[in-house]
Amino acid sequence: MLMIKAESLVKAYVLGGAVIRALDGVSFQVQEGEMLAISGPSGSGKSTLMHILGCLDHVDSGKYVLAGEDVSKLSKDHLAEIRNQRIGFVFQTFNLLPRLSALENVELPLLYAGKHEAKDRAKAALETVGLSDRMRHEPNQLSGGQRQRVAIARALVTDPAILLADEPTGNLDSKTGVEILQFFKTLNATGRTIIVVTHDTGVAGFCRRQIHLMDGKIADDVTGKQ
Amino acid sequence: MLFWTIVKVGLKSLWANKLRSFLAMLGIIIGVGAVISMLAMGTGAQKQMAERFAAMGSNRLIVNPGLRGSHGVTSGTQQNLTVSDALAIAQEVEGVSMVAPAVNSTCQLKYFNKNARSVAFGTAPTYFSIVTAELEKGRFFTDMEVDRMARLAVIGSAVVENLFGSNEPVGEVIKVNGINFRVIGVMKSKGGQGWMNVDDRVIIPYTTQMKQLMGVDYLREIDVTAKDGVDLNAVQDGVTALLRKRHRVQEALGDDFSIFNLSEVRQAASETMDMFKMLLGGIASISLLVGGIGIMNIMLVTVTERTREIGIRKAIGAKERNILLQFLLEAIIISGLGGLIGVALGVGGAVVIGKVSTMFTTVVEATSILLALSFSGIVGIFFGFYPARRAAMLDPVDALRYE
Repeated sequence: MLMIKAESLVKAYVLGGAVIRALDGVSFQVQEGEMLAISGPSGSGKSTLMHILGCLDHVDSGKYVLAGEDVSKLSKDHLAEIRNQRIGFVFQTFNLLPRLSALENVELPLLYAGKHEAKDRAKAALETVGLSDRMRHEPNQLSGGQRQRVAIARALVTDPAILLADEPTGNLDSKTGVEILQFFKTLNATGRTIIVVTHDTGVAGFCRRQIHLMDGKIADDVTGKQ
Repeated sequence: MLFWTIVKVGLKSLWANKLRSFLAMLGIIIGVGAVISMLAMGTGAQKQMAERFAAMGSNRLIVNPGLRGSHGVTSGTQQNLTVSDALAIAQEVEGVSMVAPAVNSTCQLKYFNKNARSVAFGTAPTYFSIVTAELEKGRFFTDMEVDRMARLAVIGSAVVENLFGSNEPVGEVIKVNGINFRVIGVMKSKGGQGWMNVDDRVIIPYTTQMKQLMGVDYLREIDVTAKDGVDLNAVQDGVTALLRKRHRVQEALGDDFSIFNLSEVRQAASETMDMFKMLLGGIASISLLVGGIGIMNIMLVTVTERTREIGIRKAIGAKERNILLQFLLEAIIISGLGGLIGVALGVGGAVVIGKVSTMFTTVVEATSILLALSFSGIVGIFFGFYPARRAAMLDPVDALRYE
């Protein structure tokens, strides 16, 4: 199934009187079950692309179809729903809520969705990432790697169409970083579509396919053989 | 459920910033406490006033001889109210329940070696019912005893103190202006009533006082009450008409007597008390408003501080209304908690003021607590709304980038 269909995505900003095209006609497709890296130097537009793919922002022009639904021009509330149901974010700085336990953090997307068995599903998600014994801990009681795994559990808890990771290993030491990326591969093996946005070529190398951005356009789209 | 998670997060974030939360709450605490104390004082004043009027007998007319000029000075003859006037009122005016003629004069009291100046108040047994007097001990004198000009006295608590100390007064003989009177009763203390201390009186039959003490044949006042359900003003009109006729007052001229309508006075005083209470409460409410501004201030700071958190919540699917409700709830928690503490403080303060002050009594009503609490809730909602809305409208991309 076609998970992502991006057609001529354009996104421009006005910065100090000048118009900057962060995305200047980006088109590509992603099949279900792919593991894809979006890489590029700073200013290449990869953050902007991530925000668009994550439905955090609208495109100015172009079409973005996610899991069969055209999400290009949806209302804010609708976008929030998409983010809740179809997208799982994993951030460089983990972005867990500090005063909630791991379990409460993972549970939160389900609460916003109005689901009732939130606690059970959250527990299951934490089990998937191997942190059942740390459920009641707060983020400041967890190591960087553990926090990222909690974040991944939160991202997975609504069974999203895509997992969107923005420099997921940026704040981790290299060993833990590799563990996390290996975990992504394991998830991917179960059929999860994963997109990793990164400027680190080593990280990009973990993904079978790499889209390389430059100045708001796709410079390269390489699928490896691993 | 989501609601409880939000409440929990709200409480945790309040606790994490104890000083700041307390300062935010302080305005509400003071505001609610002030409102409750002030209303308690207003209600206490109302109660005191009602009690005083009840002590005076509120459904009562007081007829005095002569015209009441300015400053309460009476002009004209003071000798035109007679016992037969009183009788006529009792028999001929419609709706009259009880009539008591009365005279009074200062007097010298003596009991063994104790001397005191006091007031001799001569009246009929109906007077005791009219003013709903209560006996500490003993009894009132009867109509028959009035008829035979008996020398019996019912004395007030101040007289007991001055003449008897802790000795038993009932049955004893005292001298009133040199004349022997037997004490047959003691009145319960009623406290001061403005211009006269009703506890410092010796109440004797009016016949005895008029003939033997004062040597007069005219009355100082006639007290009249209306039957239940009868309009006191109607009775007042009836008494006026009757007296004018009896005194042969010409139509064009004013009355040669004055009637003091206690019911009207009480009504006016009651309205004044209501206004007083509202004024007190209103002024105190201003501090509630100030407290609300404090909440808005703190919430704005909190929202700015938690910009990142808001971005994360939006990223995982929170809608604008979810964020709005979250911060609104936090504001309400602050104002609600502040309200509860303020209630405790206000009630405590009211109790202390009531106990310590000789001038003010306080009565805390449940309605004032409910009023103050709901006000604090409304203040929380009103002043929390703007910051909550700002939080809800944050752009998730910008919010996530916020350091």
